[in-house]
Amino acid sequence: MGRLFALVTLLLFTIPAQAQEEVVAGLSQNSVALTVNFVGSDILIFGAVRRDGAIPEGPLDVVVTVEGPPQEATIWRKARRAGIWMNTEAQEVRAAPSFYAVASTAPLADILSPETDLDYRISTRLAIFEARSSVDVSDPAAFTEALIRIRQNEGLYQEGQSSVSLERDTLFTTRITLPKNIVEGSYAARIFLLREGAVIDEHETFIEVRKAVLERWLYSLAYDQPALYGLLALFVAAFFGWGASAVFRLIRS
Amino acid sequence: MQIYLPIAETSVNAFTLLGVGGGVGVLSGMFGVGGGFLITPLLFFIGVPPTVAVATGVNQVVASSISGVLAHLKRKTVDLPMGWVLLAGGLIGSIIGIWFFNLMSRLGQIDLIVQLSYVIFLGIIGAMMFNESLRALLRTRSGTAPRRKRHTHTWVHNLPLKMKFRASGLYISVFPPLLVGVGVGILAAIMGVGGGFILVPAMIYLLGMPTKVVIGTSLFQVTFVAAFTTMMHAITNQTVDVMLAVFLIIGGVIGAQIGTRVGLKLGAEQLRILLALLVLAVCGKIAFDLLWPPAELYSISVSGGV
Repeated sequence: MGRLFALVTLLLFTIPAQAQEEVVAGLSQNSVALTVNFVGSDILIFGAVRRDGAIPEGPLDVVVTVEGPPQEATIWRKARRAGIWMNTEAQEVRAAPSFYAVASTAPLADILSPETDLDYRISTRLAIFEARSSVDVSDPAAFTEALIRIRQNEGLYQEGQSSVSLERDTLFTTRITLPKNIVEGSYAARIFLLREGAVIDEHETFIEVRKAVLERWLYSLAYDQPALYGLLALFVAAFFGWGASAVFRLIRS
Repeated sequence: MQIYLPIAETSVNAFTLLGVGGGVGVLSGMFGVGGGFLITPLLFFIGVPPTVAVATGVNQVVASSISGVLAHLKRKTVDLPMGWVLLAGGLIGSIIGIWFFNLMSRLGQIDLIVQLSYVIFLGIIGAMMFNESLRALLRTRSGTAPRRKRHTHTWVHNLPLKMKFRASGLYISVFPPLLVGVGVGILAAIMGVGGGFILVPAMIYLLGMPTKVVIGTSLFQVTFVAAFTTMMHAITNQTVDVMLAVFLIIGGVIGAQIGTRVGLKLGAEQLRILLALLVLAVCGKIAFDLLWPPAELYSISVSGGV
C-alpha cells in the first residue's frame, strides 16, 4: 500500500507542469579492439532531446563524459637528496579513472553549478577520489593536480578539448578521442542535459575496450598462468635466438 | 608502424624497436658482448616502463646468448663444473635480486635503484675499458709486448672446500666462483643484463681462468641465469612483454650478423675504445637525468584496478 502511494506521488510530481525533456543517445561504436597496430580511436557520441511539448525557454546545455576503468594509484614527488633527484613524498589515490574526457556545449564553469558538479562528479577534479592524505605531506592538493596534468599531457584526461555541438536545442554531437595508451575495460559514457546549472536528464551507455585475440591471450596468460607465460617467453627467445643464427649459418654455407 | 605491447599497455613504433635491437645487435656482434646493458637503458629512453624494460631485457639476453652457448658446448670450450658452480651462485643471486627489486618497487624507488646501478657499473666498466685499451694502443705504438702473469697466488686460493676444475686447470675453493655467480645473478635481476661484462673480467682476473674457456663458460652461466630471471620476473611481476621481446630479438639477431662482419674489418683496440666511449656516454646520460632538475617532479604508479 505504502509503495503504491509513493509511486503515485512520484508520478504526480514528475509528469506535470513543464514539458518533460529526455535525452536519447547513441555511439558510433560500442566496442574498441586494441589490436597490434592500435593507434587510438575516435568515438562519435550523438543524440537528441525528446520532449512532449514546445521547447521551454532558457538555455539548454549538454555535457558528455567518458570514463575509463578506475585504478588505485600512488603519486610520487621528487626532491633533491644528496644531489640526486629521487621520490621522497607520496600520496595515495583511492580511485582515479584511467581515462576521463569531458565535452560540453559551453565551458563547464559557465553551465554547471558547483553543487551539481559535486552531485554528479562531472569535472575531472571530482572524478578522482583521493585517499586520506598522510600527515607529513605539506600540500596534498598539488599531487592530484600533478596527476591531472600528467594524464592531460598523455591525452588520457581531456577537459574542454572537444565541444558538444547542439542544433536547434534538439540534436547534439561530439567526438571523443581515445588515445593509444588506454587500458582495457568498460568505458562509461554519460550524457547530461542541463538547464540553469541543474541536471534535468541523464543517460549512460558503455564502450567496451578489449585487447584483440592475440593480445588478450598473452595478457591473460601472463596474469593467470605466469609460469606458463614465462616458459613461452623463454621458448620464443630460444627459438628466435637459435633459429636465426641457424638460418644465417645456412645462408653462409 | 605502431605496435601495441600487451604487457606494457602502450604502442611503440615497430621500427624504433627493430632499430634498438638491431643497433645493439651490431655492437654485440662487433664486440662480442651481450648488449643487455645497452638495451635496457635504451628502452627507458623510448618510454617503456623501467620494470618492463628490465624484465624484457633479460628475456632478450636468453635469445642473444643461446646460439653462442650451443656453439661453445659443441667446441667443448665450456668448463662445465665451473659453469654449474657459477650457475648455482647465479640462481641464488637472482632470487636475492628479484626480492630486492620487488621491495624497491613497492617503496617507489626502483627507477632510482636501476638508474644508480647503471651509472655505477657503466661508469666503472667504461673507465676501466677506456684506460686499458688506451694503454694497449700506446704500447703497440711504442712496440713493447704486454706481459701478464697467470696464476698469481692470492688469498682467493687459500679458502676451504677446494674443487678441481680440469678444463680451467684450476684447483680452488668453490666459494670465489659461487660468490661471483651470486653477484652476477643480482645484477641480472635488477639491471636486466646478462652480466657478462662483470663475469668475464672476474673469471680472468679473480679466478685466474684461461681465456679459451672464459667466453663459453660465461655464456653458459649467463644463458641459464637470464632464463631463470625471466621466469622469476614473469611469475612475481608479470612484466615480461613477449611482443616487445620478439621485435628486439629479430632486430638483434640481424644486427649481430652485420656487427660480426664489421668487427672483422676494424682493429681490436680501436673497437674497444669505441665501446668504452659508448658505455661512458650511456652512463653520462643516465647520471645527467638523476642530477639535473627534472621537468616533471611528479610521477604516477598504478597499483591496479579498483
